[in-house]
Amino acid sequence: MDLQPTAEEEEFRQGLRAWLAATLPHLPPKPAPADWPARRAYDCDWQRALYDAGYAGLHWPVDAGGRGATPAQHLIFLEETELAGAPYVGANFVGLLHAGPTIAAEGTAAQRARWLPPILRGEEVWCQGFSEPEAGSDLASLRTRAVRDGDDYVVTGTKIWTSHAEVADWCELLARTGPAGSGHRGISWIAMPMDAPGVTVRPLRTLAGSTEFAELFLDDVRIPAGHRVGAENDGWRVTMVTLAFERGTAFAGEIVACRRTLVQLARTARENGRWDDAVLRRRLGRLNAVFTALWRLVQWNTSEAQASLIAGGSGLPGIGGSVFKLRYSQARQELYDAAAEILGPHSLDAGRLWTAERLSSLAYTIAAGTSQIQQNIIAERILGLPRGR
Amino acid sequence: MDFRLSDDQRAVQTAMRELLAAHFPREKLRQVVDAGEQDQGFDRALWHELGKAGFFSLRLPEKDGGAGLGLPEAVLLFEEAGRALLAGPLVATHLAAGVVPGAAEGTAVVTALDRPGMVGHLAAADAVLLLDGPAPRILRTGGEEALKVLAARPVRSVDPATPLHHIERLSPLPGATPLSDAGDAARLRREAALLTAAEQLGSALRTLEMAVRHVKNRSQFGRPIGAFQAVQHLCARMLVRTELARSSVYAASPAITVSDTWAAKVLSDEAAVRNARDCLQLHGGTGFTWEAEVHLHLKRAWLRLEHWQTPADGEEALAAALLDGSENCSTEIANHPNGAT
Repeated sequence: MDLQPTAEEEEFRQGLRAWLAATLPHLPPKPAPADWPARRAYDCDWQRALYDAGYAGLHWPVDAGGRGATPAQHLIFLEETELAGAPYVGANFVGLLHAGPTIAAEGTAAQRARWLPPILRGEEVWCQGFSEPEAGSDLASLRTRAVRDGDDYVVTGTKIWTSHAEVADWCELLARTGPAGSGHRGISWIAMPMDAPGVTVRPLRTLAGSTEFAELFLDDVRIPAGHRVGAENDGWRVTMVTLAFERGTAFAGEIVACRRTLVQLARTARENGRWDDAVLRRRLGRLNAVFTALWRLVQWNTSEAQASLIAGGSGLPGIGGSVFKLRYSQARQELYDAAAEILGPHSLDAGRLWTAERLSSLAYTIAAGTSQIQQNIIAERILGLPRGR
Repeated sequence: MDFRLSDDQRAVQTAMRELLAAHFPREKLRQVVDAGEQDQGFDRALWHELGKAGFFSLRLPEKDGGAGLGLPEAVLLFEEAGRALLAGPLVATHLAAGVVPGAAEGTAVVTALDRPGMVGHLAAADAVLLLDGPAPRILRTGGEEALKVLAARPVRSVDPATPLHHIERLSPLPGATPLSDAGDAARLRREAALLTAAEQLGSALRTLEMAVRHVKNRSQFGRPIGAFQAVQHLCARMLVRTELARSSVYAASPAITVSDTWAAKVLSDEAAVRNARDCLQLHGGTGFTWEAEVHLHLKRAWLRLEHWQTPADGEEALAAALLDGSENCSTEIANHPNGAT
């Protein structure tokens, strides 16, 4: 139960803090939310700055071009960048947190050399082609087909909920290479160039009014077979490596941000008089407890991951990530529901930041595995209950 | 940073679990419950056993007969006590070790109060620790005498293993003397809240285990009820509550910061009470019987919830902390040049 940083961790924190303090004042202004090409450029410039300072791919292995930082250092990075108000990973999310680590773990030397450096330098952006209109929670039932034709796969199907599709260079695609109905045993992981003929991107508008994600229509898209990572039909296992990241560490910085928002909520409530309502105060007090504990849970999961790394394991956040993801997604919605109560009628003004956040928080219990799927995972994999119906 | 339990801490936890399995098995728990029902005496022999095992003296220096360990280890002991539903004023006697003669050895029974209201095991106590003000005081008397001094009224306790008295007010007590070497009362109250939270955590873990075991074994509609998602999701939420409580209780024990402790108590109260209720629900009709163990967990959890920082106290304090900006966030954030602004 040692929460004190080691000398090494403290040194890392101080070095990062100093670099952030020197770097952030010189960043250009943030682009408009709807200007995706500008957002891509901004995110990639930030990634390049991280690369030049030696902070790119912090948690990636050294032989993949990363820094080989410990999970604890990665957590410090997420915490400090958030505290300092640094840009988010943004368009580079999939490359740095899903596709890159997958290629690092499962790719050939040539694949690693081709795809990893441009991710780290902020030169190539990746998106994710997993979900389909008929394959959401039941991802293993996906139908997009990749048929071998000489040295190519010919891919046909539809993908959905693909973030950053409009500005991505590559898509980590899950496609069926086995027979129909082969489930998770007939899937391959393929890197698809987004400019290949036959790829059509149709942006989807979210309930918040923005175009955060898109639908991909794939019509006889030819992809060299050498773009497959891992063995044919082994893509499900290959993919599971990335999902652990998505549920585990990726949200750590957001806890810091939520706690800051909670403080702002309290101040606003005091200014507008809502603070006099004991029910609201207690609600904010309980949220303080929950976000405090969620941060501790992140630290717990980080220590577990670190121990696994030392013991020769993956160093990935384990299924404890499901516990965190389930509670955090709910807590985030509770936070912005409380914000709406504090704003009162102004919560109906969609131009308010907290209202926009309230709307976007609705995705949290759905994306990256719905809360119901997370509960299935906890019940079956942690508690050992029989497979459910 | 390595938040996990150390090997030594695991050993402390295992030793306590084994000790309780030997000295406080389920039959013993039922005896205590039945004795409580019939208003019989306190089990001083068990208390002494706990004393000999170092339950109360754990944090005293070795030169004073203690183990020289800290709050993290104490938290693990209390977690095990909560898991086993160990009865008695455990927190108060632990806090009184080294201050009240006999407490460390388990030859004295010490109960405590931080405000007027319900107090447990008063008739059996040899001394009463008073933590209602800035400085701790001690009433070095127990039994009938203490009942009279405190004008304590016996009530029929909801928890059959914890006899309760109600005290209307803590008027100036001429018999109470200051405890100069016990540290300040605020720190003791905080420790009491954390150790109580640890007991709640142990209880939440236990009811989760009981629920999972039951739904794996109980069959309806031709399959274990644990295969139904409605049941699975109830169990999953029990686990999430427990893990959140565990993270906050364990985090508070090395740091014992104010907000971590409040969070630990608020969340472990919730975990203990809600888990016991879900466990009861999952046991169906059996869960509503006196024979089943689950009602004992629920009743004790209700009792602990009312002691050493109620949910209302904790939530108000955590809310106020958001405004004062001092300890509203982790130490990492509090120390950051940007602060919590």
